[in-house]
Amino acid sequence: METAGWPNGPAPWAFLERGEGMKRRAGFWTPLLYVGPAVAFLIVYQLYPAIQTIVYSFLDRRSENFIGLENYRYVFTSATMVRAFKNNLLWVMFFTAGTVGFGLLLAILVDRVKYESLAKSVIFMPMAVSFVGAGVVWKFMYNYRPAGAEQIGLLNQILQVLGFKPIGWLIESPINNFALIVVGLWIWTGYCMVILSAAYKGIPKELLEAGQVDGANDVQMFWHIIIPEMRPALSVVLTTMLVNVLKIFDIIYVMTNGNYGTEVIANRMYKEMFQFANTGRASAIAVVLFMVIIPIMYYNIRAKLRGEA
Amino acid sequence: MRRSRLWTPILFVVGLLLVSSVAWAQDGVVTVLGVWGGQELEAFQKVMQAFTEKTGIQVQFEGTRDLPTVLETRLQAGNPPDVAAIPGPGAMKQYADRGALVDLSQYLDMDALADDLGPAWIELGSYADGFYGLMISADIKSLIWYRPDQFAAKGYEVPTTWAELEALMDKMVANGDTPWAIGVESGAASGWPATDWIEDIMLRTAGPQVYDQWVAHEISWTDPRVREAWEIFGKIVRNSDYVYGGAAAVLSTNFGDSVNDLFTDPPRAMMHRQASFITSFIRDANPDVVIGEDVSFFLFPPIKEEHGNPMLGAGDMLAQFNPDPEAVEFMKFMATAEAQAIWVGELGKLGTNSKIDPAVYPDDLTRAMAEALAQAEIFRFDGSDSMPAAVGSGAFFEAPLMYVGGEDLDTVLEYLESVAQETY
Repeated sequence: METAGWPNGPAPWAFLERGEGMKRRAGFWTPLLYVGPAVAFLIVYQLYPAIQTIVYSFLDRRSENFIGLENYRYVFTSATMVRAFKNNLLWVMFFTAGTVGFGLLLAILVDRVKYESLAKSVIFMPMAVSFVGAGVVWKFMYNYRPAGAEQIGLLNQILQVLGFKPIGWLIESPINNFALIVVGLWIWTGYCMVILSAAYKGIPKELLEAGQVDGANDVQMFWHIIIPEMRPALSVVLTTMLVNVLKIFDIIYVMTNGNYGTEVIANRMYKEMFQFANTGRASAIAVVLFMVIIPIMYYNIRAKLRGEA
Repeated sequence: MRRSRLWTPILFVVGLLLVSSVAWAQDGVVTVLGVWGGQELEAFQKVMQAFTEKTGIQVQFEGTRDLPTVLETRLQAGNPPDVAAIPGPGAMKQYADRGALVDLSQYLDMDALADDLGPAWIELGSYADGFYGLMISADIKSLIWYRPDQFAAKGYEVPTTWAELEALMDKMVANGDTPWAIGVESGAASGWPATDWIEDIMLRTAGPQVYDQWVAHEISWTDPRVREAWEIFGKIVRNSDYVYGGAAAVLSTNFGDSVNDLFTDPPRAMMHRQASFITSFIRDANPDVVIGEDVSFFLFPPIKEEHGNPMLGAGDMLAQFNPDPEAVEFMKFMATAEAQAIWVGELGKLGTNSKIDPAVYPDDLTRAMAEALAQAEIFRFDGSDSMPAAVGSGAFFEAPLMYVGGEDLDTVLEYLESVAQETY
């Protein structure tokens, strides 16, 4: 075989070479016919818009004149965007740690109870609610009426019954950012739990038993056996959550629209594009977001491939 | 044989296209793009029907909630509607600058129109020696809602000047009442009710000329005259004696719910500043309340005598994008008392044609509003609707939320100015 040099078996482009076996079965055009539609879709719906966005990010609001790095100057220096970056960082820290941390904890805990599938279903259920729906529901949870008035919001009603003053959950900074992150946790923790639970169950029983025989306690088992064994699944979940949180939009848009110091990058991008008709700025924000997400995506895909191997 | 089989359908299709394109060009149809749906669309359909009966010209209405985007797309495609209901004078000027609008003064008898509409509406639709925007109806905003029974029982009198209003507020506080119910929450558009407050104050402290300069960003947001309006608003809204629930309630109460604080027992607040459309919210939440009897309005009082008592409002403005004679006919018709009477009679809006029979308005309260509008010497369009979106519905919506939330006024105004400088 002329492709013997390729490390693991035939080269990816081997089908293009008219080898003897090829001639009989496929030829040159047949495989192209199979991948053609997919490649065409990728070009039209992924590659072309991506390049177009990059081009737009150097043009003005109407995409008419070249204005150099002006849009990027706005992205990195304006007070609004700096605030958005800071908030996204807050989200990255607390949302990612929260979803993965609670997900892992729950995955291990539910494994030990009899009503495991019921508990998992309940925790996973918010995933079935649309994010906009979740935002609307939680807006009621956080609803604020002045002290003394009848409260519609559950949290403030509880506070009032206990004799505390109601809190403007979505209005007071920095509580509001955490109030929003809690909604994100409520939606996504179940998803992390389900994947991590599957990985946890995949740890060979012998390994755990061997640890017990050697006299490891629960904490030692967790850090030295469970975590290393679950590493591939953990990195997939972690990177998926990172990408999610960087793109976070629905919750903010529905609940505060970025007011009261809760702005995030994706919501700003939406505003610039669809409310202020500033294509240049919106594109520059999109490009920056894209650049931040790419390395994480790369890591995510690699982790997935490793996990399957 | 083979050839003819192929060519027959192609010829047929080409022929069909030719015929239909000729039909389009000569249409005898006026296309109208608007935001109306539901009740408003039904009313507009009645107007269209009356027009067709009168002239034989068909009207084709296309409705969209996302009008600026749709209009922009069609303009760029070289296929604008004949007539569109545009957001206001700000948008009108932008389209006129691009040469997209038909100058109506070439086709309409402007003297007769001025006689019908009155100078305020002509001025609003005029720009750079042309007349581009026809206001067919208006909502007025400089209204303060109150309960006459409560005022009578407590010995409060309707104020006619700002000093009287301030005295009344203090009297209410001394009495243990809270003067105002204010709510600025409105989902993604939160903040707009506060912009109306500031505009109303600004019109009365700085006057309409300065107001226009401010809307056009010919004066800075940090100008002392702009600052003054914010401070007057702040004196009310940032004082929890004056406003029910203080800043937290202002920020988290929906604009449509806020007025309900007047109807609790005992009332949580005595007054509410909001546009004419608030009556429908009152009716929905308090079916027992008789509008005009249990709740009524007085005009936002003048602040500085020299600027009189202007009226702040918004409304429906039509602009023509194609010079078709049929479209001109349609615009002429929409200026008439006959057309407007159908439109406003159905909806409880206020007409711009002064010859409308007051009997078409659905109730006494609407008649009183129409009278207030007719008597207003100065009318100004909602400023935030007239500014470019990044300021008008962006930073200007956001800024009062910062200010009410306790942010320093200089910081807020500097932020607004920085956005305005990037935008205009």
